[in-house]
This record gives sequence, structure tokens and C-alpha cells, in this order.
Amino acid sequence: MSVIAAVGAEDSPVINMAIFLVFVIVSLWVVTRFARRNRTQADFYVAGRTFTGRQNGMALTGDYLSAASFLGITGAIAIYGFDGFLYSIGFLVAWLVALLLVAELLRNAGSYTMGDVLAFRLRQRPVRVAAAISTLLVSLFYLLAQMVGAGSLVNLLFGVTGNLWQSATIFVVGILMIIYVIVGGMRGTTWVQIIKAVLLIAGAGLMSVWVLGKYGFSLSDMLGAATHGSPEGSNILAPMAKYGKTTITKIDFISLSIALVLGTAGLPHVLMRFYTVPSAKEARHSVSSAIGMIGLFYLFSLVLGFGAAALVGPEKILAAPGRENSAAPLLAFELGGTLLLGIIVAVAFATILAVVAGLTITASASFAHDVYANVIKKGAISAEHELKVARITAVVIGLIAIVGGILAKNQNIAFLVALAFAIAASANLPTILYSLFWRNFTTRGALWSIYGGLTLSIGLIIFSPVVSGAQTSIFPDVNFAWFPLANPGLVSIPLAFLLGWLGSVTERGANPLKFAEMEVRSLAGVGAETADVVEPAAVTDVV
Amino acid sequence: MSEQDAGQLAEAYVVMQQSPDFVDLKSRYRRFAFPMTVAFLAWYFAFVLCAVFAPEWMATPVWGNINIGIIFGLLQFVSTGIITVVYVRYASKQLDPRAMVIRAEFEQVQS
Repeated sequence: MSVIAAVGAEDSPVINMAIFLVFVIVSLWVVTRFARRNRTQADFYVAGRTFTGRQNGMALTGDYLSAASFLGITGAIAIYGFDGFLYSIGFLVAWLVALLLVAELLRNAGSYTMGDVLAFRLRQRPVRVAAAISTLLVSLFYLLAQMVGAGSLVNLLFGVTGNLWQSATIFVVGILMIIYVIVGGMRGTTWVQIIKAVLLIAGAGLMSVWVLGKYGFSLSDMLGAATHGSPEGSNILAPMAKYGKTTITKIDFISLSIALVLGTAGLPHVLMRFYTVPSAKEARHSVSSAIGMIGLFYLFSLVLGFGAAALVGPEKILAAPGRENSAAPLLAFELGGTLLLGIIVAVAFATILAVVAGLTITASASFAHDVYANVIKKGAISAEHELKVARITAVVIGLIAIVGGILAKNQNIAFLVALAFAIAASANLPTILYSLFWRNFTTRGALWSIYGGLTLSIGLIIFSPVVSGAQTSIFPDVNFAWFPLANPGLVSIPLAFLLGWLGSVTERGANPLKFAEMEVRSLAGVGAETADVVEPAAVTDVV
Repeated sequence: MSEQDAGQLAEAYVVMQQSPDFVDLKSRYRRFAFPMTVAFLAWYFAFVLCAVFAPEWMATPVWGNINIGIIFGLLQFVSTGIITVVYVRYASKQLDPRAMVIRAEFEQVQS
């Protein structure tokens, strides 16, 4: 393809490879430093709860700003303009739900997983199984999106469209992620996320300043250039260039916006990070510093998206391998040639690696702690045994993600992640909020809400145009789509809340004593888990 | 822990839950968090609904190519930042000291 030749990555794949290898070597070195500090569950799952709010804020940023944010949003803005901007706004505002309603209370009420919070006052075995199933499904969906991102990057990096290269990259990413998690545990994973957050924000910041500099630091002039570059013209500065076509697409936009704003506080890998700090106050500071960094990044993504439209142009982006996901790397090439392309692609790989590692440790903790240790072994299990199971789970999840990533192709990553948000907002958020705030919440309410939310959100996706019946579907040649919206949030989230309520009011079983304990513990921190004693050297030895 | 101890502990949580100190902490938290949640969600959906139902109005230029929609979007960033700062201040002033008193009280009762 001519675009690949234009990118000219075959000039010097050596440079690109070298930059990526440096990141891999540094991150593996960091991770192995923590190998021997993973003896207890608290060590492995939540780094002994010893991170500071600021460190955890950076790690949250690294965990949250996935390939969807960097590649997907930039691409969506470059192609659809304003409608892509909605993703950034939804992804950012969503943090207020976590800040005001979830982070601190969850930190005080639980130990390692979302299942801990539910098990606090509900019947432990069924709710732990439900929480683990939901965690695993959301994590896998999210992992798939990241793997697709890794696959489309490699095409740009090596200037090849071969499936073999793509599969090989996904394989390497999967193996690295497994190593990070089983060797480094939460400590190693967290440091990888912190390094990545710094690299990503610095990289995006550099490119944004560079782009704006080309237009005399005038946002207005840059937007003007973007309208000249786009076949949509000035429409891309107004809403509804993508979603305005019919009433259905407009409703789809509303559905997407609900899923985005309510999804974050239900994402298991975000929730788990709140346990890595010593107190609720530090959990609050984690969120506030994450909001600062994530907000800054999304401002950059606005510049990068419109900048890519102006300097690269939507036609060239759509013709590239990886389509809209390649807007950011193409912009890097346009600005700084092969070297900047190499750096930005390496940053994008770092981004993906940090996120997939966070997802994998969350999913493996959820299975090992909630299902294996507490349900199958009923709590009678040694730390060593539980951690062995967690590591095996990490390997299995990694392998599933590799296979899934190789099978999936060319969907916009931000869009795939938005589906994971819809599932998280439907299956997790109602149960979390009800168990923290509602006295009469019962086990039946939790199960109906989790399983109902999962079934509705995934079911509606299966019968939507995402899966069949349209040219862009996963199976374009068959049509079993009867649900018109691409994002199920508008229907599945309210119904999941309703099911949680309905299940609870039809069951007498709310335990007022447990609710008293939950309230006092979650709000005042009485009896909350405390941090392991830190050996000062351990915190500073990689800084 | 014996059954009796567990019973006593559960009782202590109920007593604490109904104590004026805890009721005060809870109401100070909820008085801030709940209305603020309603407010930022309303503000966010106002943006979304304007984008869907009034795209022409959102496209009205203000400065050069910068239109109402982009300003509205950037204001969502501003409001998110302000709410975060205000909440962090409120919590460290109004909530943290009260939570600390309750923890101390509870530990005293237990020992």
C-alpha cells in the first residue's frame, strides 16, 4: 500500500525496535526488583497497600489511559471531529463518580477485590462468584481492545500488513504482560504503569506543543486547518458529524455517553488500585491527582486529533493499516519523521503493556481470591497456594487474550473499550453503589443486578449491528441484529439498577447489623485494612 | 473471636452508627456528595443533549473557529477540576477530622 511506503517505516525499523526494546528491558528490570517481595496476598495483589496517593494517582493514570485513549480517541477526533471529543469528556467526567461516591468507601470496606465489598454484608459464596465472573468478562473485553491496538501498531511500525507480524506482536505483548504480572505482582505492575504515564503524557504533550506551534499556537487556526483537511469540512467542528445521521444514531450517542460516565467507577482494574494505598484519604488523593493528569492528557488528545486531521488528513488515515487507530502514529511521522514515529509507537506499546498488565492482575486476583480461595477452598488456603493459583490464572488469561487479540481486527479501539465500559457500568456499578449506600440491599438484588447487567449488556451487543448485519460488523455476511444501538448502556444500565432494586425488595434478608458495620467502616475507616510496614528502601529503590 | 465477642462488636457498630458524631459525619458527607453528583451529571448530560439536539447552536462560532460546542466541552474539564479541588478541601476539613475522632472513640470502647 502506498501509505505504508509514505510512512516509510522500512527505512529504519532498527530505530523503532531499539526504542521499544529499551522500554522492555527497563520495565523488566524494574519488575524483577520486586520478585522476592511477593510473599503474601497483600503483597501480590495490592503491593502491601504502601503506595502514596500521588504514586497511585500516576498509576491510575497509567492504568486508565489505554490504547483507546491514545490511539482510539485521537483517531475518532481526526475522522469525526467533535463527536470524538465526547469520548474524552465522558472518560474524564466519569472520575467524579469514583471520587465522590466510590473510591474512599470502597478502600475502607474491602481488601483486594470488588467481591470483598459485596461479600461484606451479603451471602459470600454466590456474590463472590458473580463478582468474579463479571470482573473476568469486563477485563477480557478490555484486554481484547488493547490487543487489537497492539496489532495495528505493528503494521505501522514495520510497514507491513502481514497477519503474521500482527499475530507475532500480539503474542509478544501477551507474554510480556504475563511476565510483569507473575514476577512483579502489583508492585511491579504499578511501577510499569507509573513509568508509562510519564512517557505517555510527555509524548502527547510534546506532539501537542509541536502541532500548535505549526499554527502559531492558535487553536482557532489549527481547527481551521483541520476543516480544510477533512472531506466533512467545517462539519467536523460541530457535533453530530458521525452520530447525526438518523434518530437511531443520535440515541446511540446518548447511550454511549451514559456508558462512558458511569463505566469508570465500575472498572475492576481501577477499583483494585484503590486498595494499594494505606488509607481512604490517600485513595481520595489518588483520584484527584489522576483527574489532573488524565484531564491534561485529554486536552492534548483534542489537539492531536484535530492536528492529525489538519496535517495528515482523514483519507490518508483511513487508508493506513489500522485505519483510524493509526492517526496518532501518522501524525508523529508527519511531525518528526521516523524517529518521532518510533518514539510514539514505543510509547503506545508501553501504554498497552501497562494496561494489559493491570487488567491481568485484577482478573487473576479476582479468580484466585474470590473463587478459588473463598468459594472452592472456603478460606482454608495458604498464601503460597493462593498466589500460585493467581499466577496460573494470569497465564491462562494472557493466553486467552493472545488468541482473542489475534482473532479480532480493525474495530476502533475506543469503541471496543466503550463496550467494556457499558458492561462495567451495567454489571458492577449498581451493585457497588447499592452495597455501599442502601440499607435494604440483599444477595438476590446483587445477583440479579450483576447477572442481569451482564446478560443484558453482552446480549444486546451480540444482537446489535456491531456483531452482524452491517458492513462494519464482525460478521458482515449474516444478519441477526434486532437491537439497533451499537452501545447497550441506555437500556442495560437502568435495567441493571432496576433489577438490583427488584431483587432486594422481593427478598427479606438485609442484615441491619452488617449494614451498621459497613457504614461505620466505610465512612469512618473503623477496622479498615492497614498498610504493611514499609521498609523505606523498598519504596525508593527504583525512583 | 468468640461468639460473644463477635456479638458485642456487632452491637458496638450499631451503637456507633446511631451516635451523634457518626450521624453528623454521614450527613456532612452525603450533603456534599449527593447533590454534587446530581449537579455534575446534569451538567454533563446538558452537554450531551445540546450536542444531539442543538448541533447548529453548538456550531455557532465565538472566536475564529472556536465554537460554543468546543467551549462547552472545555468547560466540562474546568468544572471537573473545580469539583475535585472543592471536594478534596471539603473532605480534609469537614470529614477527615471527624472520621479520626470516631476511630479513636471506637478503639477506646473496644479496649
